[in-house]
Amino acid sequence: MEKISNTALIEQISARFGDQAFEFSEPIGLLTFETNKETIIDVLTFLKTELGFNFLTDITGIHFPEAKLPIGVIYHLHNFRQNVRIRIKVFLEDEHPSIPTAFVLWKGADWMERETYDFYGVNFEGHPDLRRILNMDDMIAFPMRKEFPLEDPNRVDKKDFFFGR
Amino acid sequence: MNEPTITHALDRKETTTLNLGPTHPSTHGVFQNVLEMDGERIISGVSTIGYIHRAFEKIAEHRPYYQITPLTDRMNYCSSPINNMGWHMTVEKLLGVQTPKRVDYMRVIVMELARISDHLVCNGILGVDTGAYSGFLYLMEQREHIYEIYEEICGARLTTNIGRIGGFERDFNDIAFAKIKKFIKNYVPVLKEFEVLFTRSRIFMDRTVGVAAVDAQTALDYSWTGPILRACGVDYDVRANEPYSSYEDFDFDVPVGETGDVYDRYMVRNEEMYQSIRIIEQALEKIEKEPKGIFHADVPDIYLPPKEEVYNNMEALIYHFKIVMGEIDSPKTEVYHCVEGGNGELGFYLVNDGGRTPYRLHFRRPSFINYQMYAPMSSGMLLSDAIINLSSLNVIAGELDA
Repeated sequence: MEKISNTALIEQISARFGDQAFEFSEPIGLLTFETNKETIIDVLTFLKTELGFNFLTDITGIHFPEAKLPIGVIYHLHNFRQNVRIRIKVFLEDEHPSIPTAFVLWKGADWMERETYDFYGVNFEGHPDLRRILNMDDMIAFPMRKEFPLEDPNRVDKKDFFFGR
Repeated sequence: MNEPTITHALDRKETTTLNLGPTHPSTHGVFQNVLEMDGERIISGVSTIGYIHRAFEKIAEHRPYYQITPLTDRMNYCSSPINNMGWHMTVEKLLGVQTPKRVDYMRVIVMELARISDHLVCNGILGVDTGAYSGFLYLMEQREHIYEIYEEICGARLTTNIGRIGGFERDFNDIAFAKIKKFIKNYVPVLKEFEVLFTRSRIFMDRTVGVAAVDAQTALDYSWTGPILRACGVDYDVRANEPYSSYEDFDFDVPVGETGDVYDRYMVRNEEMYQSIRIIEQALEKIEKEPKGIFHADVPDIYLPPKEEVYNNMEALIYHFKIVMGEIDSPKTEVYHCVEGGNGELGFYLVNDGGRTPYRLHFRRPSFINYQMYAPMSSGMLLSDAIINLSSLNVIAGELDA
């Protein structure tokens, strides 16, 4: 099947969602855009059912402490028939970040979202079993946030800046 | 009459709670599943993972690119060269480095050897779990030969740290080539013998055919990739769909199964080993035609210079210092690169802000994503079938927890 071009995708997504889908870019050829948490499920449903992005490759998080909306949730989808990938980002506030779950569309989102919750504290609304997955249950911090130190904070010889960042 | 009376009817439990793992010999790794059993049948289960979580993603945010390679070793330690190469290629994609064809073919050889070592362990263990130890021992001897090849190429066996960003640390020597040639010649008969032991064995078929069958739609819904997805009949293979490292130059088949049961997964993995041998044969032929002695891209600002030059040449010394300190110029962008690992699509999502270390690095680990279906699919299964299912999913604890 003929590969759908990124420009055609941008057109179709913009036509459907207008200014709810923004910040289109193509870092190293992979179409990326942002949306907000109100429309994310509509966007994912549209991509899945109408544009053929049937496969959820990955869900993960990111933290930009300086930004206005610091916590990001990043989805990678894959269209198997036409072999195109797409990346969708949603940025949230960091006090109580919350976003609807993608579990309703893909069962595979279950553990990916639990992992994102575990490391960034993103509350996926409607997730059937949102618990920590890799860290211990009684941990209180969300360790992949930038303010969480890699090394023991009580050690003077183990400051993070000695180790690259 | 002396009739029995049931007291505390509500508290009475008809089922048994069974802890399968975390350290059970038949789970081949640190997995815990708390199963609710009705006799020998599983009613429901809850998987607990994270027993060997080592925070690789957090550590990676504090390490320059070349120091992340040893972290990737420790994910799928049955096929660490694939992880290493996947990581090198991610960084090369970020920095826009084009590797010479000979390097690509050398990488293909190493990756296919790793795939064979991954699949042979999986299929061998499957035999052990169904009660046949001998096949495992036949194949395990061959894994030893693969590790000897790694040893010749990079000096290590299990956690290989093989290659560098931009190529290899050194050229394959003649002994390495001789060992590869010897291996591909000797391996096919051993694999055939293994197949004679298993493929049409009545006992093996009774234990595996129809066990844990998954249809393609469910498998896609759960984001399965790799041999277990192909066993369901979906011909998705990253090597064929998005060729990396010059896989487009090779002629190979992507085997698929039909029913997605344990037997089909076994068959797919076996056939993939034959295809890997085919690819290695082609790669050896192609390397002959390439100019000799090229084992890395010509990128002095990324690839470490040889030590003699560092001591005698000003520029080499500067580059050496800058590379070791992680002071290489890198674009502020993000990249997703994936390779076909032993268990499926191994993805690296790298966000770079131009600093010494990745701003964010996420590993899409196929074992982690494949394993989430294990507990739901186990309900209704016999315990002994669930064990076989686990070993045919080939979940590697290191990749599961990262």
